Amino acid sequence: MPIIRPTKTKMPVRPSEARRTNWEEVALGYTSAQAMAEALRCLQCQDPVCELGCPVNVPIREFIADIAAGDFAAAARAMKRRNLLPAICGRVCPQENQCELLCVVNGKQQAVAIGNLERFAADWEAAQGIAPAAAAPAKRPQKIAVIGSGPSGLTAACDLALLGYGVTVFEALHALGGVLRYGIPEFRLPKAILEEDIERLQAMGVEFQTNVVVGKTVTIDQLLEEMGYSAIFIGTGAGTPKFLGVPGENLKGVYSANEFLTRVNLMHARDFPRFDTPVHRGSGVAVIGAGDTAMDAVRTAIRLGAKEAHIVYRRTEQEMGAREEEYHHAQEEGAVFDWLTQPVGFVGGEDGWVRGMRCIRMELGAADESGRRRPVPVDGSEFVLPVDTVVVALGTNPNPLVPQTTAGLATNAHGCVVADEETGATTREGLYAGGDIVTGAATVILAMGAGRKAAAAIHAYLQEKSPAATEAARLQGLPAGQAGVD
Amino acid sequence: MARIVTERELTPITKLFVVEAPLIARNAQPGQFVMIRVNEYGERVPVTITDFDRREGTITIVVQNVGKTTAMICAQRAGDSFLDFVGPLGRPAPLPDEGHVALIGGGFGAGAIYTIARELRHRGARVSAIVGAQTRDLLILQDEVSSLSDAYFPCTDDGSFGYCGFVTGQLQELLAAGVGFTACFSIGPVAMMRAVAETTRPYGLKTISSLDPIMVDGTGMCGACRVTIDGQLRFACVDGPFFDAHKVDFAELVVRSKTYVDEQETAARLAGAAWAR
Repeated sequence: MPIIRPTKTKMPVRPSEARRTNWEEVALGYTSAQAMAEALRCLQCQDPVCELGCPVNVPIREFIADIAAGDFAAAARAMKRRNLLPAICGRVCPQENQCELLCVVNGKQQAVAIGNLERFAADWEAAQGIAPAAAAPAKRPQKIAVIGSGPSGLTAACDLALLGYGVTVFEALHALGGVLRYGIPEFRLPKAILEEDIERLQAMGVEFQTNVVVGKTVTIDQLLEEMGYSAIFIGTGAGTPKFLGVPGENLKGVYSANEFLTRVNLMHARDFPRFDTPVHRGSGVAVIGAGDTAMDAVRTAIRLGAKEAHIVYRRTEQEMGAREEEYHHAQEEGAVFDWLTQPVGFVGGEDGWVRGMRCIRMELGAADESGRRRPVPVDGSEFVLPVDTVVVALGTNPNPLVPQTTAGLATNAHGCVVADEETGATTREGLYAGGDIVTGAATVILAMGAGRKAAAAIHAYLQEKSPAATEAARLQGLPAGQAGVD
Repeated sequence: MARIVTERELTPITKLFVVEAPLIARNAQPGQFVMIRVNEYGERVPVTITDFDRREGTITIVVQNVGKTTAMICAQRAGDSFLDFVGPLGRPAPLPDEGHVALIGGGFGAGAIYTIARELRHRGARVSAIVGAQTRDLLILQDEVSSLSDAYFPCTDDGSFGYCGFVTGQLQELLAAGVGFTACFSIGPVAMMRAVAETTRPYGLKTISSLDPIMVDGTGMCGACRVTIDGQLRFACVDGPFFDAHKVDFAELVVRSKTYVDEQETAARLAGAAWAR
């Protein structure tokens, strides 16, 4: 029995002073020695419950054993049986609420740093320049369209390609990756990693078409009836941003988080005027909300040169949605946290620029339906926070373009596409959906899990629909079962 | 990539391009727009579709040179390609099937009303086109628009051609004379659309404007293009671009459109002659 250290091996990070002024990745990744030391903390449970916490069921026990043994290539292979995007997941998954939450070491000691190890093995493999997995040798006759190249779409595309289907991914924007591209900043997910993963999918035969807005450029009906697609996965993700609905919200300098981050990430506004898209480099910045997106926004504002950057949240640290790691990084970089503070309006100058945010202090009252204590305003506590830039990070509505233009595709009261939780099947035959378009704003890994389930369901649907094609594929040696199943 | 098939200089500052975009041409409807990015350093900008040809698979756009990005677009030549050309975006113009429609176009808008005039005629409505420019040489697509209109009213600020004055002056004259318009559509600069709304308001004439706020993605994701319609939050890219002009908060739209004036000047100054061929 090895002597187990009670705490996680610390992730080396770039010093906070240095990172306030640059966009390089903050978390640097384990060295081989650090990874092996951390892997030795794993008890190699008979019944690895951590794997139940992973929406894509990565064989966690196995890959950690490989790392502990120093066989990093085997670790990467094991992960990739279930997850083709481990370098991304290792960085952006909320492991503390998933695999690491279930880790049996948790409690008396800190959980094994599963996410950090996942990232290590993925980065190690990428650094070796190991050739991508070969595409399935033969093709099935059916083509499948994947709408959106975000986390759910990439995962579905990957699984379907491994099963031997022809896959075309349609992306509305000019660059691939969805929220991984426009939303998550470079300092948290370097775009080179995203590009490597996409190149691997291309090498597997997945075709990508940018600048195609499904629902507008082509409709779902045209894809099915005229362009020869047998089934469609809809992973169109986030739509219009939510706002507070308070006076002054349309003053200049008030952004949605989607706009602020899209300008900086997708459009490279941080390099204006080398790039043409500008973003206001605020001196006093308030970010409203306390999820991961809010942390991304406040840390982006700091890097753009803000003298003071606040997170303003009506509840407290205990209720915030952000991952602890992101919260700490924002703290280290100098973000100011105004808990129990509710914005009630914005004050503008004569030029129409936002100059101040009117706020009221809150206190926690009785618990509401969500089980969280409801914040209630404190009388007479109004004050004005001086700001010249505001970022509203309160979430998004689902993207309306596909539901608007597709008959027979039911949505719920929030505009989310109605889909079976286990299969992603929508109310229309041949159409499957997953990710934020179904759940509303959620996480990257949940979207990946939905993409995987939908890919399996699409495969089952097509096998049933066309037994002859399935038999022909079997004779060519293509897998009959679900992709990625060991 | 979308290849430019033909280019035509309409005025010294306005160009027409016919662009190869078969998928967009196939689904385009009058009043929709495309997003264009000229090169990898460029902005994404919305441009109204002036015309589409489903058989040829082409989209026609008219662009007026008003800043760095539009100057870069206008510097393109036949045979060149736009790096990104996406659409058709926005909801089609909510056109009536009958009645007499006043169609107002100012600046580049005189081109943008072309396909709307054609569709109105096709549906069986009467079209009176009122188009404006500062001076005669800046009036665009006169033959094309007038041939699709039952009545054509050119206006110039300096009186060098047609009515002397703004389009609103001509519109006011027609309204006062009792021309029985049943609807009014206006496309052009915000100041013009705002003035048109004020001109028709006393007459209770249903008036629709095509709003052109700043956009980033243009597909309903970023929220930059939010406008206030009758006190409600709307997004021009997915809810618009056409809105009831009598309910639009034009004052807010004018202010928001000037968010990046300093940066626009910086960009234009630094670009200097680099984009000007």
